[in-house]
Amino acid sequence: MSQTVIEPVSEPVNDGSGLAKEPLLQIRDLEVGFQTQRGLVPAVRGVSLTLYAGQTLAIVGESGSGKTTTAQAIIKLLAGTGTITAGQILFEGRDLAGLSEKQMQDVRGRLIGYVPQDPMSNLNPVWNIGFQVEEAIRANNVAQGKAARQRTIQVLQEAGLSDAQDRLKQFPHQFSGGMRQRVLIGIGLSARPKLLIADEPTSALDVTVQRQILDHLGTLTRDYGTSVLFITHDLGLAAERAEQLVVMYKGKVVESGPSQEILANPQHPYTQRLVAAAPSLASRRIQSAKNDDASGADIYSGGSLDTTLVARAAEREPAAEARDLIKVQNISKMYRIRTKGLKYNELLAVNDVSFAIKKGTTTALVGESGSGKSTVAKLILQLESITSGQIEFDGQDVAGLKGTALLKFRRRVQPVFQDPYGSLDPQYNVGNTIAEPLLAHKIGSSAERQARVRELLDQVSLPWATRYRYPSELSGGQRQRIAVARALALKPDVLVLDEAVSALDVLVQGQILNLLTELQTELDLTYLFITHDLAVVRLVADNVCVMQKGKIVESASTDEVFDSPREAYTRELLAAIPGANFEFGR
Amino acid sequence: MIWYTGKRLLQMIPVFFGATLLIYFMVFSLPGDPIAALYGDRPPAPGVIEQIRAQYNLDKPFIVQYLIYIGNFFQGDLGTTYSGRPVGDVMAQAFPITARLALLALAIEAFFGILVGLVAGLRKGKLFDTSALVVSLLLISVPTFVIGFVLQYVFAVKLGWARTTVSSEAPFSELLLPALVLASVSFAYIVRLTRASVSDNLNADFVRTATAKGLSRRRVVGVHVLRNSLVPVVTFLGVDLGSLMVGAIVTEGIFNINGVGGTIYKAIKLGEGPTVVSFIAVMVVIFVLANLLVDLLYAALDPRIRYAK
Repeated sequence: MSQTVIEPVSEPVNDGSGLAKEPLLQIRDLEVGFQTQRGLVPAVRGVSLTLYAGQTLAIVGESGSGKTTTAQAIIKLLAGTGTITAGQILFEGRDLAGLSEKQMQDVRGRLIGYVPQDPMSNLNPVWNIGFQVEEAIRANNVAQGKAARQRTIQVLQEAGLSDAQDRLKQFPHQFSGGMRQRVLIGIGLSARPKLLIADEPTSALDVTVQRQILDHLGTLTRDYGTSVLFITHDLGLAAERAEQLVVMYKGKVVESGPSQEILANPQHPYTQRLVAAAPSLASRRIQSAKNDDASGADIYSGGSLDTTLVARAAEREPAAEARDLIKVQNISKMYRIRTKGLKYNELLAVNDVSFAIKKGTTTALVGESGSGKSTVAKLILQLESITSGQIEFDGQDVAGLKGTALLKFRRRVQPVFQDPYGSLDPQYNVGNTIAEPLLAHKIGSSAERQARVRELLDQVSLPWATRYRYPSELSGGQRQRIAVARALALKPDVLVLDEAVSALDVLVQGQILNLLTELQTELDLTYLFITHDLAVVRLVADNVCVMQKGKIVESASTDEVFDSPREAYTRELLAAIPGANFEFGR
Repeated sequence: MIWYTGKRLLQMIPVFFGATLLIYFMVFSLPGDPIAALYGDRPPAPGVIEQIRAQYNLDKPFIVQYLIYIGNFFQGDLGTTYSGRPVGDVMAQAFPITARLALLALAIEAFFGILVGLVAGLRKGKLFDTSALVVSLLLISVPTFVIGFVLQYVFAVKLGWARTTVSSEAPFSELLLPALVLASVSFAYIVRLTRASVSDNLNADFVRTATAKGLSRRRVVGVHVLRNSLVPVVTFLGVDLGSLMVGAIVTEGIFNINGVGGTIYKAIKLGEGPTVVSFIAVMVVIFVLANLLVDLLYAALDPRIRYAK
């Protein structure tokens, strides 16, 4: 990537209305560092931004860019040893950086609300929901006594929990992720703050839930005239939800301005890469490239990896002559969930699903969490047994394979899982991790295995020296490359990729997707690609099966699904892709 | 919850029989003849020994002895010691003293342990925290009898604040010093447990969210950190209650307390089956009940834990 880092844009962004309003929040040359054993490590380096009343501003950047640190510095809730070392945070003209902890108590909640990233860990598991909301209302003196309880119900109803009254006594673990995020939004807005900081409020949620929640948040903040500082890694999402964008990279602001302008005409090379990599925008670009023979994919010069990916996706031809490698016929999976005593509830996780995957192609299985898509993967991998139906691999029925036959099957069908942190053994170095499948299947001598590891590292574009490193020393993208290398070790025919890129930053996601497509051509691999992200599907898949509640509701080629979706549910999923309705300038 | 409690209480039945059978067998297998030992170097007339053996059923096979014992146990007859005292009497004397001692020690270690652990956790790396860690390490590594003798010497002999030995009534005031000694090691563990738990929870996302709501520091710590941190501590306390009841042998020895620990120790030395087994049986019941209490408290502290019927 380019090494030129342009001057941080420090002039206040204009809200475009031409009104000379007093800014609500003005950050000037903010510097934040973390104290470590090797001294102060800067995380935010000279960030300046301006947010006017009633405006929404998004800070965009990859993880480690300092966007969350900037947000946390505003309410002085920096993690661990973080400290503000220089700069001003002016909120209504008052410098928050200089306030005492006691004075900050009055600012937090009452003037500045905060909606955190992960709804799973941000509610205290041992207190009920009503208690946790009411607490915020009392602390900020919005209401006391009985009135506080009434207000709690009102706040939760506004946040989209229609049955709030009945659920006050319930605990966080009895709520779904989306519901918890609504509670957190309710808490953040409970005191009607002037500014709401929303730190990736929906990145842990399904696209459709994400859309509902962001729509709702947008309505609420518009009604109350609340300014929103929105933190996200997804440029498409940011552009859709905010009028102003601030792009951060390595602790600095590299570009800022109105969203439309930045998206249509990114100046800084990093922003250009972000625009090129955002899957949500890429799917739009494929559309442009297809509709327009002048190849819209070329607008970002330099022939970046992502451009090739887009071009390839646009030129994809249906592979008609290939044979079906995997044939799934009417499979069902029933789970028995123990309820009371010896009674069971039956849950049909997969309901009469059929599809086929041709050799050398990619089939995507799409759906929200709980749709049964991961269960299908487990069934195909023979990690769980099917209740009924038939799975054929290379013309052979694989249900109930045992012993060596099962081992043989496993050699040819390998999985790659979602979490690059959890799926690698932290005690094993990279070389051993990649060689492990070879060892398990007793293939080759020690020297031959070494050679194979070298070849595999090369295939996933990692240096040979990586073999001595441990997972904790590597980035998420590098780890996922290693997971892919391990899956390829046995020269399989099929890779089952279960949300394999969902946990990665957009730029890294683009790289891995690109790697996967290259490997597919090179090694004639067949992919079963499981994801909730339709935008990614557009980039890599030949065929799409949309799953809902255990059933395949729509199954067609990727182009058909995107161009003329038949089912309402598919249209809903498509509409939920951030930036899908955004006019993409060229 | 009621169903769960009932089920747990029913589980006590096999535990009770299993434990008593095992203990009975172990005492039975101890080397040496307890009756012969009673007479020391001067053997009694041959008929006398046989008579005594018959009186205590020692001439019958092991399992018969056990069944007779258990049968009597449920009729309220716990047998007699070899010196002729009913075991029931010995228990009625020893248990209340030990129970007072153990509960006092438990209260001391829980209150001070959680307090010191909480403050240390909140001030991690500061002077208080470091001192708490050093003191707790000291308490864990120095044997109880050393701590016991030192405290006895300082408070009872030198300062005269307490009695060196405890009278046979053993009121709470006299048990304070022994309880302090007994609590010392567990206190150290609770300090460390609470400290680790508090400092973990301080970094939890929900604590940051609570602060972002605008809550005061006091409320964040009291409401959001403390309750979550108590779960592992409560588990430890429950298990510890059992060990405090039996584990007081050393402390009871130092302060000359006629409690459970000492009685069991003497009974094992003499090979007095009925005494040992009766005491252990009661201990088993206390242990199981304490564990049940812990599990119920656990569920009260953490609503995610709900026991299936």
